[in-house]
Amino acid sequence: MNYQLNFAAVWRDFDTLLAGLGLGLTLALISIAIGCVIGLLMAFAMLSRHRALRILASVYVTVVRNTPILVLILLIYFALPSLGIRLDKIPSFIITLSLYAGAYLTEVFRAGLLNIPRGLREAGLAIGLGEWRIRAYISVPVMLRNVLPALSNNFISLFKDTSLAAAIAVPELTYYARKINVESYRVIETWLVTTALYVAACYLIAMLLRYLEQRLAIRR
Amino acid sequence: MNQPQTTQPLLDIRGLHKHYGALEVLKGVDLSLQRGNVVTLIGSSGSGKTTLLRCVNLLEEFQGGQITLEGESIGYSESSGKRVRHPERMIARHRAMTGMAFQQFNLFPHLTALQNVTLGLLKVKKMPKDEAVALAEKWLDRVGLLERRNHFPGQLSGGQQQRVAIARAIAMNPSLMLFDEVTSALDPELVGEVLSVIKGLAEEGMTMLLVTHEMRFAYEVSDKIVFMNQGRIEEQGSAKDVFERPQSPRLAEFLKNIRF
Repeated sequence: MNYQLNFAAVWRDFDTLLAGLGLGLTLALISIAIGCVIGLLMAFAMLSRHRALRILASVYVTVVRNTPILVLILLIYFALPSLGIRLDKIPSFIITLSLYAGAYLTEVFRAGLLNIPRGLREAGLAIGLGEWRIRAYISVPVMLRNVLPALSNNFISLFKDTSLAAAIAVPELTYYARKINVESYRVIETWLVTTALYVAACYLIAMLLRYLEQRLAIRR
Repeated sequence: MNQPQTTQPLLDIRGLHKHYGALEVLKGVDLSLQRGNVVTLIGSSGSGKTTLLRCVNLLEEFQGGQITLEGESIGYSESSGKRVRHPERMIARHRAMTGMAFQQFNLFPHLTALQNVTLGLLKVKKMPKDEAVALAEKWLDRVGLLERRNHFPGQLSGGQQQRVAIARAIAMNPSLMLFDEVTSALDPELVGEVLSVIKGLAEEGMTMLLVTHEMRFAYEVSDKIVFMNQGRIEEQGSAKDVFERPQSPRLAEFLKNIRF
């Protein structure tokens, strides 16, 4: 093997890789935020007294969780225009990733809500709070603190999933890496640097989230 | 508190029936409390004491009878011969007329002691924040925990948590306080601090309905002791009468088996 490593082409376009990384992080952040809202609504729907709501939430979770995310990305980006819904690639990807995150978070939140001690709801009722206020001020804040580790894992995995946006030419890290690779033929260097960037970003995010978990955790 | 006695009872329970499926746990209970009264429910496990207490603020639904608090029917009303459950908003308002302290404290774990007390004041009473904080601090001081106001429940002992829970309930200025075995989950050395808070409130004229296994305490604070057995009131009277001259053999048997 006499392959000579040469990172010059990668360094030359390093700022585009960083821009791609930034976009990936932004996409993951927006999607987890929307996913949290969807997840919460669907978790409440799953625990609802109304059968129709429970069925709706179950169908959503089952369909999304059993579809490969790449298929979802392609379905939403390429199939929706045939139905007259034309979306730009970034909004289309955000919708897909949010729906995907929402389905997983529905299960996380549902389990979290089921684990809230019944006594907390009763204490809320006893001071005159209604059901929605109990959810807003007691159940959801306590549940979110309890599921923070699961939420962190979901965020990291969602961030890694942003690499799939390259499939519809969203200019994130993998997209630029592929471009540099094709233009420079420096395969090993390009993908080594890209891998290092993903690992470093995920590691930093994990550290930050662990710090947040410790800050926000319920003190026992 | 310290309001004059009126002829109309503050709390009036008539013919209360409650069942879980086929299991009847309250079989027609009648009980009334005048303002300023301290009434203690005693009886063995499963006699219906806690269920009765929980029916008063509708943490338990009841299927028959009527509960009236300050002249208002709690939970249900009659409409053209049909029993109709009150709308949730009215039920929440009625619940806020009573305060409740639970066996397991049930403090909100993500909120500090102070925030536990202010939550109801801000969100139910719609009090301005500075007013709510001042009132909460007054009650935390009253239960001896002002310096712990910024502690989370997990950083407090069981006795301290229960005192915060009592402050949370009392700060809402309820007409009636319900205490459900508030010392049962405490280590023996922490029971005294909670009982002395309740005793202080009783001396100030707070109307209370208690369930407790602390018989000496019940003897000291209660205007009336109610002995329940199998979903019915078996005997009631002054603490002296009930503890020293029990009429029913079941009460005599119950008293024989408990420690004072």
